[in-house]
Amino acid sequence: MSMGRRNDLSDIVLKATLYLVAWAALILLLAPTLIVLIVSFTDSYSLRFPPQGFSTRWYVALLKAFTLHFAAWNSFLVASMTTLLCVVMGTAASLAIARSTSKTARCLDALFMSPLILPGLAFGLSALIFFSELGVPVSMTTLVIGHTVVCVPYVIRTTSSALMQLPPTLLESAASLGSSRAHALRRITLPLIAPGIAAGAFIAFMSSFDNTAVSLFLRDARTDMLPIRMWQDLESKLDVTIAALSSVLVIVTLVMMIVMEKLTGISRRIRG
Amino acid sequence: MSARNHDVTVYSLRYGLPLAAFFVLFFITPLLLLVLVSLHDDTAVSVWGVAQYAKIFGEGLALRVLGDTLWLGVQVTVLCLGLGYALAWAYVRSSPTTQKVLMMIIVMPLLTSVVVRTFAWVVILGRQGIVNELLLGWAWIDKPLRLLYSREGLIWALANVQLPLMTLPLITTLQRLESNLEDASAALGANAWRTFRRITVPLSLPGIIAGSLLTFSATITAFITQSLVGGGQMLFMPMYIYQQASSLQNWPYAAAISLVFLVAVIGCVTLLSYLGRLSKGYATT
Repeated sequence: MSMGRRNDLSDIVLKATLYLVAWAALILLLAPTLIVLIVSFTDSYSLRFPPQGFSTRWYVALLKAFTLHFAAWNSFLVASMTTLLCVVMGTAASLAIARSTSKTARCLDALFMSPLILPGLAFGLSALIFFSELGVPVSMTTLVIGHTVVCVPYVIRTTSSALMQLPPTLLESAASLGSSRAHALRRITLPLIAPGIAAGAFIAFMSSFDNTAVSLFLRDARTDMLPIRMWQDLESKLDVTIAALSSVLVIVTLVMMIVMEKLTGISRRIRG
Repeated sequence: MSARNHDVTVYSLRYGLPLAAFFVLFFITPLLLLVLVSLHDDTAVSVWGVAQYAKIFGEGLALRVLGDTLWLGVQVTVLCLGLGYALAWAYVRSSPTTQKVLMMIIVMPLLTSVVVRTFAWVVILGRQGIVNELLLGWAWIDKPLRLLYSREGLIWALANVQLPLMTLPLITTLQRLESNLEDASAALGANAWRTFRRITVPLSLPGIIAGSLLTFSATITAFITQSLVGGGQMLFMPMYIYQQASSLQNWPYAAAISLVFLVAVIGCVTLLSYLGRLSKGYATT
C-alpha cells in the first residue's frame, strides 16, 4: 500500500527475527517435557539422550520405589488439606475484600497477597523458629499451616476476579425480590463464582504439591515431601527412576489441566 | 429500606476474619520472631546484640552472595524478556486455534513441578546430554563440554523455568494494544523497526515491567534449579540461608541474612512496581 520498498525490507527482517525468537522460545518451553518423557523409556542406567534402547524397566522400578510412594502420599495429603483450608478461608476473605473499597479491605488484600513476593525460604525458616519456640514438633499439621499461608493468595486472586466480574444487578434484583443476603449468597453468588474458586483451588493444590521452600524447613523423615525427596535423590545420584516418576507427574498434570481448562478456563484465570 | 441502601455486592469484612487471624498468628508473628532472633549474638539465642548484622556488613560474604543472586535475577530476566516478548508478539498474531494450543504450552510449565522441569535440564546439559551429543555428532567439538554446573547453563535453565511468568503479562498488554496505532505509524512513513521501537515497545511497557517483576522475584527466591544445574560451586541467597539454618544451626545469622534478603527483594519489587505505575501513565497518554 503506502509502504515503500525500504519499509518492506525492514518489515521482513523484523518479522523474521521476531518469529525466529518466538520459535526458539516455544522449543525451549516444550523440549524439557518431551525429553523427560523420552528418556524415561531408556533401557540403560544412564540419562544419555537420545536413549540407545527402549524399555519400561524404570516404570517397573518406580512401582517398587517405596520411599517415593511414601513421599508422594504425604505430599498428596498435605496438598489436599492445604487446599481445603485455602478454599474455605480464601473464599470467605475474598467475599469480604474483593468489591470493598474501604482502607481496611485494601490493607487485608495486600497482606493476603504478600506471601507471593516474599522469599518462601525466609518464611519457611521463620515458621520453623515459631513452632520450635512454641515447643510444637514439625508434623503434617505444621506443613499444612505453612503451605496454607503461601497457597491462599492463588484462591483469593481467582475468586476475587470472579467476584469482580459478577454483575451487581443480579444481587440487586435478588434483594429487591425479598431474598435475604445469606440466601442470595448461597443461590446466586457462590454458584456463579464457583469456577473461579475451583481454578484457585487447583492452582493452590498444585503449588502445595510442588512446594519446596516451606517444606524444606517444616518436614522431617516421617513427613517426607515428594519434591524434596526427588531433589535430594537427584543431588546424590542421577537415578532414571526419577525420570519415570517425572513422566508420570507430567502426564497427570497435563490431564488435570485439560480437565480444568474445560471446566473453568484455567489458562484465562491464571493470566488474571 | 435503609438496610438495603448499602451496596448488596459488598460483603461484611467479618468474612475476612478467619484468614486475618490465621495470618496474624502464622505469618506476621513468625516474621516478627525472625527479627527478634536475628538480634542475638550467639547461636543459643540468649545474648541480645547486633553482631549478626555487623558480620553481614563487615565480612562482605553475605553481601557478595546477595549481589550475585540479584545479578543472576537480572541476567535471567533479560533473557526471558527477549524470548517472551517475541513469543507474546507471535501469539497475538496467531489464529484463535493456534492461540489455544500456544496458551496450553505456555501455562503447562507453571503447573508442572519445578524439580521435573529442572531434571530435564540435567539431561539436556549433561556430558552425554543432547547438546553435547549434537555438537560431537556434527564434529563441532572433540570432547564433551562442561555445560552442567556452568553459569550459562544455569541461566538458560532458569529462563526456561520462569519464561511463562514473563510471557503471560506481555500477551495481556500486547492484546490490548491498538493495531491501528502501528498502522498509522507505518502510513506516516515510519519503517517497521521504527514503529516497533517507538510505538509497540513503549506501549507495552506495563507488561514488560509486570513480567520482569514476576520473573525477577521468582528467580532470586528459587533454589531447586540453582542447586541441581548450578551445582555446589555457586552459592545464592536461598541456599546460603538454608545452609546456615540447617547444617550449621546458626539461627540468628540465618535470620539476619533472611531479613537482609527480604528487604532487598521488597526494595526491588517496590522499585519495579513504581516504574510500572509510571509506565501505565505513560502508555495511556
